[in-house]
Amino acid sequence: MTDTTYAPPTQQPALPPSRGPLGLAISGWRQLTSMRTALILLFLLALAAVPGSLLPQRGLNAGKVIEFYRDHPRLAPILDRVSAFDVFGAPWFAAIYLALFLSLAGCVLPRMWRQTSALRARPPAAPRHLSRLPVAMSWHTDEEPAEVLAAARGRLRGWRVDVRSEPGGGASLAAERGYFREVGNLLFHFSLLVLLAGVALGGLFGYKGNVLVKQGDAFSNTLAYYDSISPGRLFSAGRLAPFTVILERFRATYQPSGEPATFAADVRFAGHPGAALRSYHLRVNHPLNIDATKLYLIGHGYAMHFVVRGPDGRVAYDGAQPFLPRDASFASDGVVKVPDIAPGPGGTPRQLGFSGFFTPTTVMGPNGLESGFPAARNPAVTLLAWRGDLGLDNGRPQSVYALQTEGLRRVLDARGRPATATLRPGQTLALPGGVGSITFAGFSEFATFQVTHDPGSRLALAAAVLLLIGLVVSLRVRRRRLWLRARPDGRRTVVEAAGLSRNDSGSFDEDFRAIITRLRSRPAALEED
Amino acid sequence: MPVDLSLAHRSDTLLFLAVVVYSLAMLGFAAEFSFSRRAGIARALTRADAARAATPATAARIRQPAAVGGAGGIATGPPPGAGPATVGPHPPLRSRLDRSTTGDHLGRIAVVLTGLAFLLHAGSVVTRGMAAHRVPWGNMYEYSSMVALVAVAAFLVLLTRERVRFLGAFVLLFVVLFLGLAGTVLYVPAGPLVPALQSYWIAIHVAAAITASGTFALGAIVTVLYLLRAKYDVLTTTGGRPRVSSVGRLLPPATTLDRVAYRVHAFAFPLWTFAVIAGAIWAESAWGRYWGWDPKETWSFITWVIYAGYLHARATAGWRGRKAAVIALVGFTALTIDYYIVNIFLVGLHSYAGV
Ligand code: HEM
Repeated sequence: MTDTTYAPPTQQPALPPSRGPLGLAISGWRQLTSMRTALILLFLLALAAVPGSLLPQRGLNAGKVIEFYRDHPRLAPILDRVSAFDVFGAPWFAAIYLALFLSLAGCVLPRMWRQTSALRARPPAAPRHLSRLPVAMSWHTDEEPAEVLAAARGRLRGWRVDVRSEPGGGASLAAERGYFREVGNLLFHFSLLVLLAGVALGGLFGYKGNVLVKQGDAFSNTLAYYDSISPGRLFSAGRLAPFTVILERFRATYQPSGEPATFAADVRFAGHPGAALRSYHLRVNHPLNIDATKLYLIGHGYAMHFVVRGPDGRVAYDGAQPFLPRDASFASDGVVKVPDIAPGPGGTPRQLGFSGFFTPTTVMGPNGLESGFPAARNPAVTLLAWRGDLGLDNGRPQSVYALQTEGLRRVLDARGRPATATLRPGQTLALPGGVGSITFAGFSEFATFQVTHDPGSRLALAAAVLLLIGLVVSLRVRRRRLWLRARPDGRRTVVEAAGLSRNDSGSFDEDFRAIITRLRSRPAALEED
Repeated sequence: MPVDLSLAHRSDTLLFLAVVVYSLAMLGFAAEFSFSRRAGIARALTRADAARAATPATAARIRQPAAVGGAGGIATGPPPGAGPATVGPHPPLRSRLDRSTTGDHLGRIAVVLTGLAFLLHAGSVVTRGMAAHRVPWGNMYEYSSMVALVAVAAFLVLLTRERVRFLGAFVLLFVVLFLGLAGTVLYVPAGPLVPALQSYWIAIHVAAAITASGTFALGAIVTVLYLLRAKYDVLTTTGGRPRVSSVGRLLPPATTLDRVAYRVHAFAFPLWTFAVIAGAIWAESAWGRYWGWDPKETWSFITWVIYAGYLHARATAGWRGRKAAVIALVGFTALTIDYYIVNIFLVGLHSYAGV
C-alpha cells in the first residue's frame, strides 16, 4: 500500500512576543500594527456603527432627533453628550478610524516591502525527511533519478522549479506555485488603506448642500443660495465651482395608486459665468456633473404664487413661496410674510402673515381637508391670516417656512372668528376690516437638489476595484510547494514526494494525488511500495 | 406597462408547487438520513473511529475510493453516485452500503425532486419578472424567493463537486421555511418599481447581494452541521453523551464539513464585497454620496467585517475550527439583521425596498 503520511496542517508562525530591548514604544507600535489589533479595531468600528443605525442621526434625519428629544427628555441630552446622534462624526468614531488606519499602514507597508523580495525567491530546497510532511508518498520505478525529475519538471508547467543534485547519485526537485496569492493579498490590504484615505479626503475637503429651486428660477453655486450646507473640516467657500443652473421645468408622474412613477427636471446650466448654457435632463439616478460637482434631484413640491394688496389696493407682495410637502400625497404647509403692507387707517396693521395649507387634490377627509393624490387635480390652498409684528427686525434668523407668532394676532372677521378661506387658483380672500386682500394667483413646482463635491470619491472607487481584484486573486490562487527526491535503491529508483499547502484551501491532499499521478510518467512501469 | 395579472397569478401558483415539491424532496433526504442509520452505518463508527475521523489523516483516507484497492489509492475522484461519506474505514462494508440501499435510492429521488422544484421555483421568479416588466427582485417577498433559489442552486452546484447529499434535508428545511415566510408575511402583489429603484444598478447590486446571501445561508447551514459534528466527536471521545449533536454521527467528518463551509464562504465573501461596492456606486449616483451610514449600509458593513474576521480566523493558529465557525454564524446573524430588522424596523433610505 501507499506510504502516505498525513499530519495536521502546519500552523503559521506567530510573531515572537515584542519584549524587545527598544522598550515600550516599539512594543506598543508592534502591538498596534499586529493583525489582531487591526481586526479588533475593525470589529470595534463595526460595533461603533451599531448605535448609528439604531438611534436617529442628525446627518440623516434631523427631525427624528428632535422627536427623540421630545419622547425621551431625560435620556436624549445624555446621549447627545456622547455624540450618539452624530455617531459617524463623533470624536470616538474618528479615533477608532484613525487607529485602524495607523494599524493597517503599520502592518501592510512593511509587509509589502518584505514581499517584494519574497516574490523573487526560489522554492526552498527539499527537506531531509520528506515523509514527515503533511502530505507525502513514495514509490519505486525503473527510470534513472535524473530521468524521473526531468520528466516531472517538464510537466510542472506554471510552477517555479529547481532541481538540485544530491550526494549519492540522487537528486531532488523543489517546486512552488501561487506567488500571486501574496500579491493579491497585499493588493487587498493596501487597497483597504487607500480606500480609507479616499474616504478621509472626501470628508475633509468635500461638501454637501441642499438647494430648493422653483421652476423658472436660477441657482448660482455660492453659499448664499444654499438652504443648508455641511462642509468638510478643511473646506473653504473658495472651492465652490462657479456654475449656474436654471430649472426650466420639473415634472413628476404617478401611479394610479399615488405612488411616484417618474421625476425629471429639465435644466440649463453654465460651468462658469459667461459660458454658453447647455441643457440636461436630470432624473433620479442621473445626476448632473459639473466640474466634479454633482447635482442630484432629491425632492420636489409645490410653490404658491400669491398677490397681496394693501388697504389702498396697491400690491404689497407678489411672489412664489415654496410649500413643503408633509405627506406622500403632497399636502403641503407654508407661509407668506408681507412686511411692507401700507399702514391702514389709524396705522394699525404694520405687517401681515399667512399660514397656508395646500392640497393638490383636495378632498374632504374625516379630519377636514386633505389631499387625495399627489398631482394637482383639484388644487386649493387654505389660508389663515395674521397681523402684527413678524419679528423680522429683531435680528434673530427666521425660517421662511414658518411664522413666528409671538408678535402676531389672528385677523378676525366681523363676528370675531379668525379670517380663513380655502381658495382655488384665481380666487381672492378679502381681509376683514379693510386690512387688504390676498389672491391665490396660481402655483408651480419646485425641485430640491443636493449638491455634492467629493474630491476623494475617485480614489475610493479605484481602491474598491483593486481591493476586489486583490481579494479574488488571494482567495482563488493557492500557494503550494512540492518536492520530489529520487535516489538509487539497488537496481531501481525510489521516489519520494511531499507537498505543503501554504494556505488553507482544504483539499490539498486530493490535489496532491492528482499532481503526483500526472507526474508519474508511465504507470505501467510502476510498482507501489 | 400595466402588470400582467394572469402571469403574476401563474408565478404564485408555481411558487406554491415548488414549495410542495421541495417539501417532498426534503422528506426524501430525511428518509435517506434515517435509513442509513438503520442500515447500521452508525454502528460502523466506533468511538475510536469517530475520533480518528476527526483528524485529517482519516478524513483523507476515507475519501479514497475503496474499490480501487491494489491501485494504491491514487485515483482521485469519488466513485460515481457514492452516498454521503458517513462511513467507517472498512471498505467492504462501505461499498455494500453505498451501492444500493433503499436510503441511496431515496437520496437520488430527492435530488431529482430538488431539481424539479428548482425549475418550478425559477419559473415562478421569471414569470413574476415578466408580469411586472422588470427584474424580479424589487421587494422583500421577491428578494426572499431569490435568496432561497440561490441557496438551492448553490447546493446543487456543490453536489457536483463535493459529496454533500447529507446537506439536502437541512438546506431544504431552510428553503421551505424561508419561502413559507416570504409567501405569507412578506407577500406583496406584483407591481412596478419606485423611481429610485429604476436603474440598471438594481440588476447588478441586488443580484450580487442576493447571490451572496443565498450562498452565505448555505455556508451557515454547513457551519451549524460542522459544529454539531465537532461537538459529537468531542463528546464521544471524552465519554460524554451526545444529545442534539447525536445527528453528528450521521454526518461526514468534521474536517470535511469545515472544508466545505470554508469553500462556500470563500465564494460568497468576494460577492458580498462586490455587492457592497456596487451599492456604493449606485448610492453615489442616486443619493449623491457613496457612503452615508444609512442603516442598511451600516449593517452591510458590519456583516462584511465579521466575515472578514472569519477568513482571518481560519488562517490564524488557535482560531480555526470551532471559534472560526462561531464567527461565521455571527456573520450570518448580522446578515439576517441587515435583511429583516433593518428593512422592517430601521427605516432609512433603503426602506422603499418594501415589505
Ligand atoms: C494588521 C493588519 C492585517 C494583517 C497582518 C492581515 C493579514 C492577512 C493575511 C496573512 C491574510 C491571508 C490569510 C490566508 O492566507 O487565507 C489575510 C486575509 C484577509 N484579510 Fe487581512 N490582515 C490585516 C488586516 C485586515 C483588515 C483590517 C481587513 C479588513 C477587512 C482584512 C481583511 C482580510 C480579508 C477579507 C482576507 C481574506 C482574503 C485574503 O486572503 O486576502 N485584513 N489578512
